[in-house]
Amino acid sequence: MTQATEQVAKADLRDQAGREAAIQVRDVGLGQALRLGLLGGITTVFISAIGMIEAFAGRIIMQPFLTLSFTALLLIPLVFGYLAGKKPPEVEGLTRARTGPRNVLAGLLAGVLTGVLTGLFVLVANAIDLRDIFIAISPRLLNILTFDQSPSSALVLLVLVGGVLGALGSLVAIAPGRWRRPLLGAFLWTLTVGLLEGVFQQVLRGLRLEAVNSFLFSPLGGLEPAGALTIFVLVFALYVVLERRRGSVSARLEAMSDRERRRTMIIGVVALLIVLAILPQIVGVFLSEVLVNVGIYLLMGLGLNIVVGFAGLLDLGYVAFFAVGAYVTAVLTSPSSPFWAPQLTFWVALPFVVLVAALAGIMVGTPVLRMRGDYLAIVTLGFGEIARLLFVSEWLVPYVGGAQGILSIPKVTIGAFEARTPPQLFYLVMAFVLLTIYVSWALKNSRIGRAWMAMREDEPVAEVIGIDIVQAKLSAFVVGAVLASFGGAIFATKIGSIFPNSFEILVSITVLVLIIVGGMGSIPGVIVGALVLVGLPELLREFSEFRLLFYGALLIYMMLKKPEGFIPAKERMRELHQEEMLQDSWLRETEPYDRETPVDARGRDPDAGLI
Amino acid sequence: MATLTKSIRTRINLERINWITVVFWTIGIVSLVLIVWGSFNSITSGRLSAAQWRDLIVFGLAQGGVYALLALGYTMVYGVLGFINFAHGEVFMSGAMVGFFAASALDDAGMWDNQPALSLLIVLAVAMATSMLVAVLIERVAYRPLRAAPRLIPLITSIGASFFLQYSFRGLFGAGIKSYPQMAALEGSFTILGLRILKSQSLVIAGAVLMMVGLYLFVERTKTGKTLRAVAEDKEIAALMGIDVDRAIVMTFIVGGAMAGAAALLYSLVFRQVSFFTGFFPGIKAFTAAVLGGIGNIAGAMVGGLVLGILESVGPSLVLAGFNIPAFTQLKDVVAFLALVLVLILRPTGLLGERLAEERA
Repeated sequence: MTQATEQVAKADLRDQAGREAAIQVRDVGLGQALRLGLLGGITTVFISAIGMIEAFAGRIIMQPFLTLSFTALLLIPLVFGYLAGKKPPEVEGLTRARTGPRNVLAGLLAGVLTGVLTGLFVLVANAIDLRDIFIAISPRLLNILTFDQSPSSALVLLVLVGGVLGALGSLVAIAPGRWRRPLLGAFLWTLTVGLLEGVFQQVLRGLRLEAVNSFLFSPLGGLEPAGALTIFVLVFALYVVLERRRGSVSARLEAMSDRERRRTMIIGVVALLIVLAILPQIVGVFLSEVLVNVGIYLLMGLGLNIVVGFAGLLDLGYVAFFAVGAYVTAVLTSPSSPFWAPQLTFWVALPFVVLVAALAGIMVGTPVLRMRGDYLAIVTLGFGEIARLLFVSEWLVPYVGGAQGILSIPKVTIGAFEARTPPQLFYLVMAFVLLTIYVSWALKNSRIGRAWMAMREDEPVAEVIGIDIVQAKLSAFVVGAVLASFGGAIFATKIGSIFPNSFEILVSITVLVLIIVGGMGSIPGVIVGALVLVGLPELLREFSEFRLLFYGALLIYMMLKKPEGFIPAKERMRELHQEEMLQDSWLRETEPYDRETPVDARGRDPDAGLI
Repeated sequence: MATLTKSIRTRINLERINWITVVFWTIGIVSLVLIVWGSFNSITSGRLSAAQWRDLIVFGLAQGGVYALLALGYTMVYGVLGFINFAHGEVFMSGAMVGFFAASALDDAGMWDNQPALSLLIVLAVAMATSMLVAVLIERVAYRPLRAAPRLIPLITSIGASFFLQYSFRGLFGAGIKSYPQMAALEGSFTILGLRILKSQSLVIAGAVLMMVGLYLFVERTKTGKTLRAVAEDKEIAALMGIDVDRAIVMTFIVGGAMAGAAALLYSLVFRQVSFFTGFFPGIKAFTAAVLGGIGNIAGAMVGGLVLGILESVGPSLVLAGFNIPAFTQLKDVVAFLALVLVLILRPTGLLGERLAEERA
């Protein structure tokens, strides 16, 4: 098409879009609301039947009675009401969504249906004793679900509460954005503070703010109602103020000159280092311990991020490298290593750990050189299991101790400093994490990093344009293995003894989940993923039992809705949403004349690289 | 154009893959030598009598029958959708778990011993129905929206589905190990042609063969079977020919689920214990069996299952014992995984050859 005809075609499209008559008006669907209500009911019944509701009954979010169980039960109709009442997506120039009483009706319907299904479940469970099969359907669960009422009045109550909350959810959904965002923000923050009360209390205590503590939190656990209200109002006000001057941090960074940007970055890094340096003093022993575990997973996550995120090699046996790191450290440093105990110090042993891990990377990498994605996944899984089975077997007892493991691994020392307590270990882990982040970042922007990404996008094409596939694959495996072995080495000295059952497939899966949720190939994504997915379950003891259930659901959800992760890397985003972005740019082109072509701060058309 | 890229690719491969080929050949030759040496040692040592070897082979066949039925599910889904349905092991586990409750209810009612054949049929029906339901549910919720996604995405989804199902079952039915009631009719053994076979094992072998013959006839002789094959061959062309692809895919999951349900009952008769984690290892091994036979190839899955079952049962005593490795039976899973690795290195198309289009490679 020549330039001229293209212009004409575009003008035609614009005329078409400009005609009001062509725009379809869409209402929110009531069938959709019924489906969501059904889903809400199923969700409630499911989390009751797997024992989640009962397990959550011990934690109080807000005095005098709002436990985590009730919060979960009440949140479900609220959320599904919100989803049912949300206006349907608008296609610019083609459809327009209408909001009104119908949205509230949809929310009400979804909430009522959720309540009805929950009530029916209670009636059935009350009439027939199912405990022999479904162990979680206990009298205590039924008491929680019925709010200690009789089953029939509970049914009425559940329907009423469900309907009210569903309608409330839909009202929030159709509220204008400048009210909705502060409302949701305030609600979520209050909930978070209530849920993680231990963390907030400890931090406030660390900051010598005991008075705030006693105002916000009840000595019996949970928030005080007045405290909850204060947090809600404060966050709401903060959001309203911030709403006025929106504009993301990255946009402001883009707008700066190069020198300014560098200066801001340096200030940021220094501030971060200072915060990290005083963090263990503020958060105390228990939270430091949690952070150390997060750090160990973070080391593995950053390593797997190179293998899966950068190079696109789905390694499901990644825990094997972690095990290698831990075992080599144990054998070289522990006096009770059964076969050979050179009793080196940690720092002398470390180069050997790196060496053995690199060799392990090559050993796993070579056989899978010619395999395609899913075969590679299964074979690496096989390698991981072979490693664990060998470590646990009788055969290797004389060398690595079998199921009894290796004990009395010494602590890490630097001069007079010994990393024994969690706050001390925190500094050790953090040093390794910072090093690893730097290495990841440097590799990402290096020649080999670009080769990895090219290989991930299309291996045959990468090969044709001259990338050495063999070298790229092996180096990804080696770097990944070395980073995981750091994690293993620290793990060994932290625990002081290692057993083969610490190196199960579940570790590999956890690491995979955290890089997928954060965003494959995205370094900030991995950091946030580790904090949330490893840190949270440790803080919420009630939750840790359902950790893997939740991880599984999260993996499915992410793949269906957000395969690029919550903090995506730019390149992955493009790869996965190329079609949608092309569509968007087409829509943008058909907008009215007077709008300028979008040009980003550096004066490029942001879509230029896409087509 | 296509031929040009192909010829370029071949030339590059020839220039550079040389040392890898050498490495692969070395791995192959070394493992072959080790296998032959180990087998020679243990056979000449006379540690096991001929009868004991035969017992191991029969046990291997029974186990292999279960793997073969499971492998069918992997191979059919791979043939049609092109990804590993990692959650298939959990489809199997769900059948075994719910089948347990049916079996213990029948046992409580006294039917388990009085009406063994009928009880087995009831439990079979329950297990198959559960597995089919779970398989169809996963397809509908987790896989259907991902038809056009890059290949690794449905694989990761299926890993998620696998763990979600495992821990849902743990939450619903508890973490403990559940033991199937013993069936008097299946106690003891009998002898055919000098081969002593446990009754339960013979039932498993017969059941597996029956299911496989049934499946073979279904796929080769019926019209639905023909649509399945057409969709596996080429989804787009099949759709153009008026075949409802979505229905055919659901059918694939139904058939795979049914086979997994049958495998669940047979497995429970031999091993008698189920827990929420039961599906994981049999699942991976069945996938190994599918690869061993050539993935996408239905006859291959059957052969692969039987071969893997025998390898796993005989391998440790034959090869590992030859090197005086203590407690070698602990390492039977290692044998299975090593078999997977070696097959994929040396003959990635499997024993019977992969029935898949070239572009997938």
